[in-house]
This record gives sequence, structure tokens and C-alpha cells, in this order.
Amino acid sequence: MSDTTTFTLEVLRYNPESDDVPHAESFSVPYQEDWVVLDALNWVKDNVDGSLTFRWSCHMAVCGSCGMMVNNEPVLSCKAFLRDYLKDGKGTITVGALKNFPVEKDLVIVMDSFMEKLEAVKPWIIRTTEKPVEEGTFIQLPKQLKRFKHHTSCINCLLCYAACPQVGLNPGFIGPAALALAHRYNLDSRDQGKDLRKDVTASEYGVWECTFVSACSEVCPKDVEPAGAIQEQKIESSIDWALDHLIPGRKAR
Amino acid sequence: MSRKPYEPTLPNTWWLEKPFYIRYMLREMTSFFVGAYVAILIVGLWQLSQGPDAWGSFLGVLSHPLSVIFHVLAFVFATFHTVTWFALTPRTTPIMRGDHFVPPGPIIGAQYVIWAAASIVVLAAVLW
Amino acid sequence: MDVIETDIAIVGAGGAGLRAAIAAAEADPSLSVTLLSKVYPMRSHTVAAEGGAAGVAKAEDSLDHHFNDTVSGGDWLCDQDAVDFFVAQAPKELIRTEHWGCPWSRTPDGKVAVRPFGGMKIERTWYAADKTGFHLLHTLFQTSMKYPSVKRLDEVYTTDLLIEDGRIAGVLAHEIRSGKPMVILARSVIICTGGAGRVFPFTTNGAIKTGDGMAMAFRAGVPLKDMEFVQYHPTGLPGTGILISEAARGEGGILVNKDGYRYLQDYGMGPPDPWPRKKAMELGPRDRLSQAFWQEQQKGRCIDSKWGDVMHLDLRHLGEAKIAERLPFIRDLALSYVGVDVVNAPIPVRPVVHYTMGGIHTDITAGTPVPGLYAAGECACVSINGANRLGSNSLTELLVFGAVAGRNAAAHARGVPMPSHTNALAQADGHRKRVVALLERSKGTESVVGLRTALNDTMETGCGIYRTEDSLRATVETLAVLKTRFANVAIDDKSGVYNTDLTGAIELGNMIEIGETMALSALQRTESRGSHQRLDHPARDDAAFLKHSMAHRVEGEAPRVEYRDVVITRSQPAERVYGGEAK
Repeated sequence: MSDTTTFTLEVLRYNPESDDVPHAESFSVPYQEDWVVLDALNWVKDNVDGSLTFRWSCHMAVCGSCGMMVNNEPVLSCKAFLRDYLKDGKGTITVGALKNFPVEKDLVIVMDSFMEKLEAVKPWIIRTTEKPVEEGTFIQLPKQLKRFKHHTSCINCLLCYAACPQVGLNPGFIGPAALALAHRYNLDSRDQGKDLRKDVTASEYGVWECTFVSACSEVCPKDVEPAGAIQEQKIESSIDWALDHLIPGRKAR
Repeated sequence: MSRKPYEPTLPNTWWLEKPFYIRYMLREMTSFFVGAYVAILIVGLWQLSQGPDAWGSFLGVLSHPLSVIFHVLAFVFATFHTVTWFALTPRTTPIMRGDHFVPPGPIIGAQYVIWAAASIVVLAAVLW
Repeated sequence: MDVIETDIAIVGAGGAGLRAAIAAAEADPSLSVTLLSKVYPMRSHTVAAEGGAAGVAKAEDSLDHHFNDTVSGGDWLCDQDAVDFFVAQAPKELIRTEHWGCPWSRTPDGKVAVRPFGGMKIERTWYAADKTGFHLLHTLFQTSMKYPSVKRLDEVYTTDLLIEDGRIAGVLAHEIRSGKPMVILARSVIICTGGAGRVFPFTTNGAIKTGDGMAMAFRAGVPLKDMEFVQYHPTGLPGTGILISEAARGEGGILVNKDGYRYLQDYGMGPPDPWPRKKAMELGPRDRLSQAFWQEQQKGRCIDSKWGDVMHLDLRHLGEAKIAERLPFIRDLALSYVGVDVVNAPIPVRPVVHYTMGGIHTDITAGTPVPGLYAAGECACVSINGANRLGSNSLTELLVFGAVAGRNAAAHARGVPMPSHTNALAQADGHRKRVVALLERSKGTESVVGLRTALNDTMETGCGIYRTEDSLRATVETLAVLKTRFANVAIDDKSGVYNTDLTGAIELGNMIEIGETMALSALQRTESRGSHQRLDHPARDDAAFLKHSMAHRVEGEAPRVEYRDVVITRSQPAERVYGGEAK
């Protein structure tokens, strides 16, 4: 170990059985050029303290498990390379649980609220009549797919919720990822459920709770563009409101 | 052996944490100046309808040093507001041409073109 | 202990589990479906599949072609009745996912596009850019939310199956965030827990793929079939083992050695056409390509990199536009993890453990020998994959057999009474002791990481791409020792809340059992077939081994391996031919 460079990994830890508030704990970790923050956490868990707790699985930035605050920025720890945070393999990296969520233990957040919000926007194809399998697939032109494709890339990593101050200020806010997914289905040429989703997306917990900070889109690791999805829905919602007042009987629909 | 999730609260100073949030708050703050300037314009219009004396005293207030300072500030903030909003437009109104989205550059650029054209029309109307 | 009664319990909420849940809910909305998973559904490893899902789509293709490609790709170890059923159901299942909103890539006229994959006569791989598994998983997950009869128990870790009078009675699990044990009483149970790639050190598989369901079924008396067949994917990133999809080659990527030579032509895969010829060169099957790497390595023709021996996967000639449209994820992964922009430079790759062809013994109904117990997806072995799975058959498999499992589990649940509480609780108490012992043991001399490393090492050295009697025997012996050492394992974390130290230890116990079935089945199969290559028995031996291995658990001893005839209906075993001669 003598010729190995080490750096300090400062982890904000919380053990519900003994702590009332999170506290920082530092570990000296060997530096490897190819390592990401997740590798360092696993090194600690394997070699120093098996009770260090965090979620992870794919290690290729697609399962969305390992989101956390690294140096106070929400990132996927499997794609946060040590070399981007340290100079010559030396220095300190701080790691904490994602902001704006209750902390279950160490780096594990409670994400029940997100699961409820996701379900609330009805993220599935809604049709007045189902198309029989025998009739084959829908025709969807490349440009129709392109229109919403980026909004389908959400891995539910919740970095956007950690970045959004509106989520922190109003925990009921449906939030960036779920609203982007609602928009994704609304824009899908196969879907007919936009009006049903509006009950939630245009509600007091929906798009109007967004103040266009646009931090969500900034931190999104998959370029889902939730901020854009929400603003587009605001425009639609405004037009709807205006038309409802101009055309008698429209709202009944 | 039981759960006790830690419930964090967002401190009032959250927006001081990162330059990104500070810029956002600045943009929000510009709304005050934009709004105040609109209010002044409306007052001016009303004064104009009240006759030459009222209009004259309104102009008098405008030439007060504090008012000049306010207008300079309002101009700076309105510009900041405009520029940041222009930069965000590609997000709010994506435009498709054929199978692809129009990149942000032309969308932002087009707004500056419209802005410049509008300014020229207003200037022309005032000067001639 | 909390007891939950449900008609159908599904363990694992990846692609197969979600498809099964939807099928069960659609078959009979009055049945309650409980979907348990140790992770949130969208974390399941289906998410990492990239290239696509196979199903006949083009007019010039046929179910027969899909059948023949699959059976010859599997070196005739596939059950042909199951393959026939599979290829017929494949297009229908894929169409369903399209109706559910899966963003399949399209042709200019708006139809679903298909691309070629290895060992495929005509292109039939449906794809959503190069994130097909991700899109399929999220489509299934989001669609599953619309069925009120499906109740999810996310991050609930199932440890054991409960059996009553020889039929399934439910499962024992614990809620990870509270540590609270719970018994799920069920009329039917479906296991959809995925593969066991984590038994090996270098794998494309996520941390969660520890063969839990296989081990649970094995302990409950269900044999594990064809466990010696472990697929190496020929193109993983060195260092991390991150998957570089076969789609990269399907789109025209080439593999070259240190001399810039397309070495596959030396292994019966030529001619080296400049365009992608089906079933040839880079579009050969995965077993052959991974084996060719090993052969080149022996000849010293690999490229020496800071991660050790690699080959180059070159996509540069595809051009930036095509790469951006068809392979954006590959580009992102290569750039992030090996610092290569595939537009300008070749990607270093090497073979990496990818898929367990073997698994829980099921038949064409997705049923196991235990009445009421079903399995689908990678954890199951129907078998349609035989000795070597064709790329893009697994996503389709989890749809086809997930749906079958869901429907059959529903039918079974309607016909049987709810199992008794007393019996199940008594059994659960017995199983729970194993978990509690891990928590309470304070003087253990073994660590999870120590044993896991030993397991990984012995599997790689003894049970890798090429195997010998000696290497396998050594591995089997080491695994027997590891099993005993596991009894002394101690963990740091003794808490009830979100104890990943505990789940890690249970997973390790499962993996040691699975590893043993792999090595032992491999030792006893003295032939070479598909992904199972014996240097000491290089030829296929149909007379003795046109059979499935069936590993049965024996308490306190090594598993007992028996054999079962392969179902041959219309394709007699023949030589596998790829390259210019391929039909």
C-alpha cells in the first residue's frame, strides 16, 4: 500500500438505530485511475466497514440505483470518475444521500413518494379501444418517434428531484421525472390519454408548481429534458384554460 | 430494529448554495424591475390622459436622479431577463423540421432578430 | 411473523416477472398478484440488455428460419417443442409491447425496424436504438401499474420457497428497509429472478444477479438444468465488463487482432466480406467468437492494453450519423469507461460472462416439477437456448415464457385452496433461522468478501471458456470447501434497517450453491458443445450427451447430476456451419 496514492472519501452517514441526524465519516481509500465513486464505496464496504449502505447494481449508468450527492451535486456514482474530482489522486470527495428525500440509512433514500407520483400520472398507453394483436403494430413515423423519444430515456434515478428546489419546498410536487414521463405518453402517437393525465399534471401539484429553475435538465444523466417537458405542458395547459373559457361546453370533455 | 427515516428540510438559504441557483434567483428578481417598469409606463399613460400639466410633472419625476438610477437598473435587469429567457426557449418550444429538431442556435438567434427588428420599428416610429 | 395471502406470488420484477404479472392480471382480474423484488422493478437487470429482441418480422423470414437458427445456435441441446412454441409466440409478444408503448426504432414508413444479430439467417431483431432492454423493462413496468390486482412489494428480499405436501405454498421474505420477516402464502408462485453471472468475477451482470431464485428452487428440490452452459459475450469492455452490444456488429462493426487482421476468418467464420454477411465473421454465434478470442490469446495475437489482452471492435466506418442513431449508448459507454470515441477509434473488448443458459428446470408450460411453482426468464431453463443462446432471443424469451407462466399460474391458482398458515409458518420459522444465524453470529472467521473472491477466482480459473477435467475437479473441490467455510461467515452490520451486508451474505450462500452445480455439471459432461468446451474432450458426443444435465441437491453433499433426453421433433443434430457455407 505504501506506493499507492490514497484520497479521503467523506461519507455522510446515518444509522437510524443510533443517530438522530446524519454525520460525516472519513475513509482513506486507494486511488485508481479507472475508478468511479461507486468503486470507492464498494472498496470501503469490502475492506473497512461492511455496514456502509448504498444502492447499486448495473455499474453502467442505466439501472438508476446509485444516484447520490457527490461534492454536493446529484450524480450517478457509477459514472462519477474519481479523476474528475481529485488532483493527482489526492484530495477529498464528499458523498451524501440524494437531497429532498428522507434518508433511510447512509446513502439510501426513501423513494415511496416518487413511486406514487409516477403511478399518479398514468405512465402507460391509454386508448379508447385496444388494437388487437392480429392487426400488427401501429404505424409510427420516425419523426413521430423522435418527437418524444428523449423523454422515454428516464431511468428514474431521481437526480432531478434532488436538484429541484421546488421539490424540496413542496414535497407534494409531482416533480420533473414523472411529469416528463406524462408528457412522453401525451406526445406518443399511439396514445389517447392526454385528457386523463391532465387531472394530475395540470393540478396544483402538477406543472404549475414548477418555476422553471431547470436544474432538473442540467443534472439529468440521460438528456430527458424534464424542464422542457414541463414548460410545454404549461403552454398546453394555458391554451386549454383559455379555450375552456372561450368555447362553451368544452371543459365538459 | 425499526425504521426511523431522517427527514431533511430545505434551508431558506438553499439558493445561495450554487451559482446555478443564484442565477435563477436573479432571474426571478428581475421580474420585480420588469413589473415596476410596466407600472411606471401605465402611470405615465394615465398622466398623459390627464392633460399637459400632469404629463409635465410625470416627466419631472422621471428626471429625478433616483428615477434615472432605477431606469438604468431596470434596463440591465430586463436585458438579463430577456437574454436568459431567450436561452431557455429551445426547451419550452422545440420545433421539428422533417425528422429532426431544430438545434437551439437558430431558435435563440431568431428571437434576437425579432427583438432587433421590433426595436428598429419602435425607434423609427419615435424618430420620424 | 406477518402473513400475506395472495393468489399468485411472483418473485423478481424484471422483464419476466412484470410480463407474468400482466398476464396473470389479464387472465383473471379477480386474482390477487403480489410482485416481490429485492430491488425496485426498474433496477432489474433486464434494463441493461442493449441490442434487441428476436421475432420474425420480414416477409422473407419465417418461423422455420427462426427455429433453425435457434436450434443450431444452441448446438441441438434445445427442446424443439419449446423452440417451436417460442418462435410462434415471439412476434405476437413483441407486437403487444409495441401496443403498450415500447419505443421501437422504425423504418422510414413507420414500421418496426429489424437488425441482424449473430447466428441469424435473416434480420429479425427488433430494437429500440441500443437500449432495448431498458425500454422494454420500463414499458412493462409502467404498463403493469394500470392493473389494480397487481400489488408490488418493492425491496422485499425472498429467501426461501415454502412447500406443502409437495406443492407450492408460498415464500419467506423480509422487507429490506425494516428487516421484518414476512410469509407470503400463495396458491401459485413464479420465480423470475434472473441469472447468476455474479458467480464469476468478470461479467456484464449487475450486482443483483446472484442466482437467488435458482438457489431457492434448488433447495426446495427442483433440479437445475444445463448449468454447465454459461455464455461468454465476445465483446465486453475490459476492466468493468460493461456490455458492448452485438448490435455494434449487427450494424457492421468488425473485430481485429493486434495485426489489424479480422481473425475470425481463421476459425471457420469467413469469408471476410467488407459488408456484414449473415451468420458469418462478426455475425457468428457468441460461443464461437469468444472461443476464437481465447485461441488468438494462446497464439499471442491479442492487443496488449493496460487492462490486459483485448481485441479491437472497430465501428469507425459506420460513420457518426449511423452511430448516433443506432448505437448512441455504446458510444456513451465507450467514451465514459474506456475513453474511446467510437467514431474516431476502435473499442478495446474481451469476452465476458453474460448469460446462464441453464436454470430452474421448466417445461413448455413454464412449470417446474413442483405443482404450482413456475419459472421464467434467465433463471429458468425451458430450454430454448440449449448449449448457446442466440443473441436477442432472451428478451423475447422473457416475454413469451413470462406470459405463459402468468397465465398458467393463474389457472393453477383458481383450482387449488389457499395453503395452511400453520404449516407454512412452521416451515418459515425453520428457514428464518438461517437468516437470523447470519445476523447473530459474532465470532465468524470468514468474511463475505473473502469467500466471494475465492468463489469468483475458482469459477474463472476452473470453469471458464475452456475447461479440463483437472481444472473442473479443482474447482469442485474448492467449492465444497467454500460451502463449509460459509457456515462461519460473519457480517459487520447487525441492524434491521436496510441491511445490505445481510443480503450480500445470503446472496453469497446462493452463489456458492449455484457455482457448484455449474462446475459439477461441467465436470461430468465429457464432451464439447456450444459454450461448454472441454480441452480434454473437444468433440460433441451425441450418443452420450444429447441430454440435459439435471443437478439435484443432496443435503450435506455435492449435487447429484442426472440426465434427461432432449426433445427432438424435426431437426436432427448436425454440424453447426457458419461463414460462407452457412445455410
